[in-house]
Amino acid sequence: MTHSYRQSEGMTGNRRRLGIALPFAVMLAISHAQPAVAKGTGLIFITNEKSNTISVLDSSDTLVATIETCARPRGVHFNRDRTQFFVGCADDSTIAVYDIASQTLVRRYRDIDEPETFDLHPDGRHLYISNEEEAEASVLDLETGEIVGEFETGAEPEGVLITPDGRLAFVASEAANMVHVIDVAAGEVIKDILVDTRPRRFALTPDNKELWVSAELAGIVNIIDVESLELVGDIAFLPTGMRKEEVTPVDVLIARDGQRAYVALGRANHVAVVDVAARKVLNYILVGKRAWGLALTNDERKLYVANGLSDDITIIDTATLKTLKSVPVGQVPYGILIDD
Amino acid sequence: MTRGRRRRYLAVAMLLALVSPSLSAGTTAAETVTFAYIGRDADPAYTPTKAYTGLVLRDRKRPLDGARLGLRDSKIMGRARGLKFKLTERILAPGRDAGAAIREIAAAEGTNVFLLDLPIEEMPDTLRGLKAAPLVLFNVRHGDDTLRGANCAPTLFHTMPSDTMRMDGLAQFLRQKRWDQLLVLQGEDAEDARLVAAFRNSAKKFGLDIEEVRPFKLGNDPRERGRNNIRLLTSSADYDAVFLADAVGEFGRYVPYQTLLARPVVGTEGLIASAWHWTYERYGAPQLNQRFEKRAGYRMTAPQWAAWAAVRAAVEAILRTGKTDAASLRAYLVSDEMNLDLYKGTPGGFRPWNNQLRQPILLHTYNAVIDRAPIEGFLHQTNNLDTLGAGPLDSACRF
Repeated sequence: MTHSYRQSEGMTGNRRRLGIALPFAVMLAISHAQPAVAKGTGLIFITNEKSNTISVLDSSDTLVATIETCARPRGVHFNRDRTQFFVGCADDSTIAVYDIASQTLVRRYRDIDEPETFDLHPDGRHLYISNEEEAEASVLDLETGEIVGEFETGAEPEGVLITPDGRLAFVASEAANMVHVIDVAAGEVIKDILVDTRPRRFALTPDNKELWVSAELAGIVNIIDVESLELVGDIAFLPTGMRKEEVTPVDVLIARDGQRAYVALGRANHVAVVDVAARKVLNYILVGKRAWGLALTNDERKLYVANGLSDDITIIDTATLKTLKSVPVGQVPYGILIDD
Repeated sequence: MTRGRRRRYLAVAMLLALVSPSLSAGTTAAETVTFAYIGRDADPAYTPTKAYTGLVLRDRKRPLDGARLGLRDSKIMGRARGLKFKLTERILAPGRDAGAAIREIAAAEGTNVFLLDLPIEEMPDTLRGLKAAPLVLFNVRHGDDTLRGANCAPTLFHTMPSDTMRMDGLAQFLRQKRWDQLLVLQGEDAEDARLVAAFRNSAKKFGLDIEEVRPFKLGNDPRERGRNNIRLLTSSADYDAVFLADAVGEFGRYVPYQTLLARPVVGTEGLIASAWHWTYERYGAPQLNQRFEKRAGYRMTAPQWAAWAAVRAAVEAILRTGKTDAASLRAYLVSDEMNLDLYKGTPGGFRPWNNQLRQPILLHTYNAVIDRAPIEGFLHQTNNLDTLGAGPLDSACRF
């Protein structure tokens, strides 16, 4: 497949497949001290999965650039010091790396089977990737470009979350209705948790005690106790006038103070605002069509919502819960990254 | 509330699983659960239909590859319960009694879940003998309403939508567009008559007017031009769209663009109502289509989707109940707890009055899905999917 990048070709990831997961004990020795974070540019990056572009907004929420990227870009994530970001392109089986300051492509990791989303291990070196078509999660060593671990998951793995202590990695399998729990040090799946229909994304409470996972086709968020790895509760969503089947939650965010959560309700075209401790919905905010991706600014005063079927971003004032603006981007916006 | 009920159901199911001898979750050696696929050798449905000059207009594939994919998709789900799923594939020799073969396989393989890919003529007799058997049978092929009506069986579940469901979806679409006046062109095949009968009911249900039903005939005989000439067939009438029923397809492929009036064609050409289409872009469908095509080497169509859905339904019932006996599985399939991801946006369970899987219907052309029924605005008091197909009162099924 040919694809035009605006930038010149980066280095190509040299990939050697290993049949078994390597032990990760060595990684635990690495310090998890907070890395020095580069001063933010204020830019907002949005992947558009159907137009194969990244839209760039400035801090005034004005579209300032559109970067051509690889095919079907979805997941986006910062590197450890936030000088670069990763974009997963499923149709090109590529993870592309961009330099934030210059907004240029600096590297491509090839032959990563249909990456959808991923999370970076706190060591800054290992990217845990869900490979949608291959029913596996793989671990990419960002330095060598090699796949150093593979874990069999249910069909269509989606959300990936690594605990801040780097001990556990969670992978949701959409088709198998399961959350797989990977013990990073042991390099193995230690539990498959049966959850509700079509689990998608994760969020962890700031005390690291509760893992929230959206169950898209059940219209709820399941809550997993991280200690026991058991389901301990769930929150159902139903904006006024909606049918249960129209409520399809995907992205989940929990604010830093652990009081409030935001859940994008997909086809219901709303974002739910949730009281985390009470597990109660406080409010529903009308957004664009099929809201999936969410991101908060660093000061948590603005919430960005990617509306996949209206090709725009809704920007919400989190103090008033009112919409400030909606900005047209590319076709089928998916992921949002805010560099502030 | 549904959620609470579900939790209780699960809790009970798990308790039962602990004492059930049939399913020992948690043991080290994985227990194998076998499903069976039954086809018929030399089935004319799978002989490519050749038209004049050797053109292959129709090359139907067996549902089998869908079942294989369903098995593959379920592998990890079994891991959590210490189960392994297996598919036994049997193509029966012509003349061999299907009912007897199913009983033999059930006894020999210890399986009670069967996917049936048998010609429609064999279905009523086969079912009659298996009505009371401790089995879960899936119809993954036929839309025939009589299988959900007079010939229904408590053991038979349908993942293929009924003809009525497909025609209801199409009628909703026409109604929403206000293409209310229909001219119907009907071929000579029995399937054409069945489709027209289903469409008549759907038209009545959703307030469409069928101006006239005109039989057509393939040929060039000028004495029969009123039946073989498309311009004449579509003249002297006022209509918003043409509904075409031509299962064979040799006549039908010439109907679009040859109508006297500039009107769209729906039915078996133009806009078609199906369980599945290879171009669907939403609700995870691209992933399922890509996964299927990569393995099978061709595009997924409705019967392969139906076989995939049947396997997933059986697996879901086994995982959620923790049991494998037919009575438990059948009870779960028709329960409110059944919430199967169909990759069409709305999850579905089976209707207790006729064992039909509730599902959205895709309205598509040859290369695009134009809409998904239930069409926006068609509402039902309990479940919008029940605006498609027979309800408990109008179903002719009596178990």
